[in-house]
Amino acid sequence: MPLYHDEDQAMLAETASQFMAEEGSIQKQLRHWRDRDCKDGFGHGLWEQMAELGFTGILIDEDNGGLGMGHVEAGIVLEEIGRNLTPSPFLTTSVLAATALGNGSDDIKGRYLPGIVEGKAVYAVAIDEGAKHNPSRIKTRAEKSGNGFKLSGQKDFVIHGASADMLVVAARTSGADDDEDGITLFAVPKDAAGMSHDAVRLVDSSMATHTKFDGVELDGDAVIGEVDGGREILNKVLNAGRIGAAAEGVGVARGAMDMTVDYIKQRKQFGKLIGEFQALQHRASHLYSEVEIARAVVIKAQQLLDGDSEKAELMISAAKAKVAKAAGLAVREGVQMHGGIGMTDEYDIGLYMKRDRALQEFLGDVYYHANRVATLSGY
Amino acid sequence: MSDLDTFRMETREWLEANCPAEMREPVRDEDDVYWGGRNATFKNDAQKAWFEAAVEKGYTVPAWPKEYGGAGLSPAEAKVLREEMARIGARPPLSSFGIWMLGPALLHFGTEGQKKRFLNEIARGEIRWCQGYSEPGSGSDLVSLQTFGEDKGDHWVVNGQKIWTSYADKADWIFCLVRTDKENKYQGITFMLYDMASEGVSTKPILLISGSSPFCETFFDDVKVPKSYGEDVPAYVGEVNRGWDVAKYLLGHEREMISGADGGNTGTIGAAMSRSADEIDPVLRAELAMFDVDALAYGAMGEKFLDEIKVGKAHPAQPNMMKYAGTELNKRRHELMMSAGGSRNLEWESDETSGGKPSRNWLRTKANSIEGGTSEVMLNVISKRILDLPGA
Ligand SMILES: Cc1cc2nc3c(=O)[nH]c(=O)nc-3n(C[C@H](O)[C@H](O)[C@H](O)COP(=O)(O)OP(=O)(O)OC[C@H]3O[C@@H](n4cnc5c(N)ncnc54)[C@H](O)[C@@H]3O)c2cc1C
Ligand SMILES: Cc1cc2nc3c(=O)[nH]c(=O)nc-3n(C[C@H](O)[C@H](O)[C@H](O)COP(=O)(O)OP(=O)(O)OC[C@H]3O[C@@H](n4cnc5c(N)ncnc54)[C@H](O)[C@@H]3O)c2cc1C
Repeated sequence: MPLYHDEDQAMLAETASQFMAEEGSIQKQLRHWRDRDCKDGFGHGLWEQMAELGFTGILIDEDNGGLGMGHVEAGIVLEEIGRNLTPSPFLTTSVLAATALGNGSDDIKGRYLPGIVEGKAVYAVAIDEGAKHNPSRIKTRAEKSGNGFKLSGQKDFVIHGASADMLVVAARTSGADDDEDGITLFAVPKDAAGMSHDAVRLVDSSMATHTKFDGVELDGDAVIGEVDGGREILNKVLNAGRIGAAAEGVGVARGAMDMTVDYIKQRKQFGKLIGEFQALQHRASHLYSEVEIARAVVIKAQQLLDGDSEKAELMISAAKAKVAKAAGLAVREGVQMHGGIGMTDEYDIGLYMKRDRALQEFLGDVYYHANRVATLSGY
Repeated sequence: MSDLDTFRMETREWLEANCPAEMREPVRDEDDVYWGGRNATFKNDAQKAWFEAAVEKGYTVPAWPKEYGGAGLSPAEAKVLREEMARIGARPPLSSFGIWMLGPALLHFGTEGQKKRFLNEIARGEIRWCQGYSEPGSGSDLVSLQTFGEDKGDHWVVNGQKIWTSYADKADWIFCLVRTDKENKYQGITFMLYDMASEGVSTKPILLISGSSPFCETFFDDVKVPKSYGEDVPAYVGEVNRGWDVAKYLLGHEREMISGADGGNTGTIGAAMSRSADEIDPVLRAELAMFDVDALAYGAMGEKFLDEIKVGKAHPAQPNMMKYAGTELNKRRHELMMSAGGSRNLEWESDETSGGKPSRNWLRTKANSIEGGTSEVMLNVISKRILDLPGA
């Protein structure tokens, strides 16, 4: 498959790009909700509009009312979300949760997928325990209790945890903390007794929670997939989420880069446009190269994942790490080349820096994924 | 089965039958590379057999039309052939500046007569070419070149000096930029083709820091260059005084080649380096992993670039980006390989290192970001043509 968008994908990109620039813009969404100290960190209206366009169900199969598309298409929407810093539950709900639920029983699918397709529901995914991503260690426990389970433990960095209608929780049903096996995924409804959220606003003004499970009682039908067999689904969720976050990161990088290049074409100092100084030109051109290369590895990984290739995991980690490098560079150079006003809240460039920081940490930072590239390559 | 699948099966069979086992080993030495030319000799029978089979099939230049010595493969078929050759680690049957640089320029700007003659010669490896662009005073600022061809009616008399002419001492012919109009900077250069055996041409080798000297200073002392080599075979490409257009077009291809976008510079090293190192320092392992991330990403970029070039989706200045990123990456690769090898890789003349290969290669790669246009010049071009920055 050639590494560019085919005609249908290009059309989707066109639609997504227009929609996000108009409806998902920084002014209309990020700043709007932030300045109102919105407890969700995003607007539900936009979520419904995205559903009308079919975006929310992009990864959900047609039998369940979705578009049945792949990660290339989800990535197209995510890149535009990144470009406009649009706060939305797309990544958590339409990518992570949808992937988990799609691997569940018909009952699970019937219960939860329509909410995503209609843009009514918001779901969170609770994986990490601690400040750094480490899904190979899962301490949160679900013990058999009657027909169901009793869930205890704590999850951190749960994006949209407090506003979610349901949380997909990865818990241990057997074995030791670091075991590969013994993981089960549960769908935990919003109002489950014994679940409490400590909600915190993050640097990018999104909301996350430290969520505690204090003997939360769950019915057997809360299980997604097989008891003790959750690792495989969890890996699918991670693959989808990581390449999704990478696609959004490319959008963030491009947004920051475009804004910066535009700026240095307009700002005058020393009687010249600062874009005329070679010291800035070379850095801008280097940045452009890095962002282009990051885009290439992202689409490569998306295609491999859609094609169920064995090489997908390696390329996903390469993509997540490469995007972290490129987007990090884009936002740092962005603020620097804006000079003093880059430090002001009034200018948008700093918002890119904040979003990039949060995305970098989500599902594994550059070091985590570079290490994974090494491990998967056998060294 | 699609036509392409059928083609893949046939290609696989053909390679199986025609590419000898010795030609499926990585290139280790200069004489593992076959450059062709009047005085060429083969290293062994396998090299000869592989070369001759490829010529016969048109696979020295697979994408060129059949009438010019190619196999007339479509871009998709050419990609299949590349993949199948890579699968078995087949060496290129012929390496040549004619294939990489002059050929594409002739395909684009040449007359029918020039194509018939020169492209076929290139495809069959009969004539070895060198590139006469740079001069002592004109490197990055190539258009300031001074080598002058005085118009004498049916011929020019060329005087001047070139520098850095790779393999000038081994080449049969030169494609050379010669000023033919002193008043016009850009529109006063002619792209000439002539025989290095012509009277008045002499070369002097330049020793590199890697200890080798495939590079030369090339001197032209009243060299007589005819304007034509027969009907429809002018001695210049494009038009007289409009050689700059040809030169730039060719540089695009040269940069593409040096970038290694087609697989040359891509590929990870971490696994191989950690296996061969006595002991791998965790910080070095981390650097290797970071490098591999970049190498995997650049590999994807190379693939995307070639896919996009085929359908005209790539920005015309994209080869500059590929050249910049690919050569900087390749330098970093060799720095890390030197570190992983430790003191062993410092050996300049040992059997263990096949005569100092690691350090010589490391030193050679330093030229990647200079030859064919420096990294700084690439960044200038990106600024100007892609980012559209003011005054760039
Ligand atoms: C937090 C903060 C506190 C400050 N406090 C004070 C204060 O108390 N009093 C005060 O007077 N000022 C203060 N300043 C202002 C500060 O001195 C200026 O921001 C600084 O001099 C840069 O000027 P500028 O913001 O106009 O950026 P610009 O001059 O517009 O520069 C924009 C970008 O272009 C680059 N650039 C500009 N010219 C060139 C060139 N010739 N070659 C290459 N690159 C170039 C710059 O390096 C920068 O990256 C403060 C700024 C900040 C951010
Ligand atoms: C191994 C090797 C093989 C070569 N093979 C050939 C060949 O076969 N045929 C041939 O014709 N030539 C060949 N060359 C020559 C090559 O193309 C030139 O060396 C190259 O174009 C740089 O020119 P220069 O060496 O004169 O450096 P200069 O142009 O003098 O540059 C010196 C430094 O200044 C920087 N610089 C120059 N101009 C600018 C600018 N405007 N902005 C910012 N920085 C700038 C450069 O980037 C460089 O870092 C070869 C060179 C090498 C090293």
